[in-house]
Amino acid sequence: MTTLSGKVNIVSDLQAAKKAQARLMDKIIALGYGEGPAFAIKLALEEGINNAIKHGNGFDASKSVEIAYNMSHQEVAITITDQGCGFDPGAVPDPTTDENLEKPCGRGIMLMRAYMDEVRFNEQGNQVFLLKRNIPDTCGISEDTS
Amino acid sequence: MRQSNPRLNVSSERDVTVIELTDKKILDEVSIAQIGDQLNALAVQKDMPKMVLDFSCVSHMSSSALGMLITLHKRIRERNGQLRLCNIQPAIMEIFAITRLNEIFQICKSRAEAMESLS
Repeated sequence: MTTLSGKVNIVSDLQAAKKAQARLMDKIIALGYGEGPAFAIKLALEEGINNAIKHGNGFDASKSVEIAYNMSHQEVAITITDQGCGFDPGAVPDPTTDENLEKPCGRGIMLMRAYMDEVRFNEQGNQVFLLKRNIPDTCGISEDTS
Repeated sequence: MRQSNPRLNVSSERDVTVIELTDKKILDEVSIAQIGDQLNALAVQKDMPKMVLDFSCVSHMSSSALGMLITLHKRIRERNGQLRLCNIQPAIMEIFAITRLNEIFQICKSRAEAMESLS
């Protein structure tokens, strides 16, 4: 069984993020992930890394984002850590309530939770763990969205 | 009349601006900002703008792209205009449904249906 693991450190720059995401997605596709799971992982990676750069590090060029991965044919686990002071994910308003529905931001965490099998933040709130299991012939949506 | 912007194919049919999003992936913030700027510029060209956004090429979208669409929708509404989205692929439609944004946007199955709804 092929298992790939490693760490990538990127500066707080969206172009650097784009390149790192593309390299990770190449590995994931090469492991045989289908359209549905690959769609989900790509979306969650985009949201997680963007949050780290924008909200975590505040685009501070002196701060970096670490992306650690452990992937096999069975599952992909990704941990994204920024160097910000963290946040309380429980305090993020629900973007689907009527009063928040037309706000242009605040949907990233919700989408990560909808598309991944596990989404967990560390206590400080500067690290997110993402897990996606490779279940062929399923759509990207996970049944467990907790 | 047909105009080509880097990320959009723009044409006019009657008094409606029809915009085809040409990027397959509308994910990263840099691209989204460029698309948003171009769409907002088109929205303020007319009073009461009528705009159809065709998503047939789009297979990936992020929350930032949703935010860009919400801002565009507000701008068009402020000018008493109308916006229709059409040809949205099932995976993208799922994102609209999860976020309940399918309740805000008027989403049509095809470009013809979108044009019809604006007449």
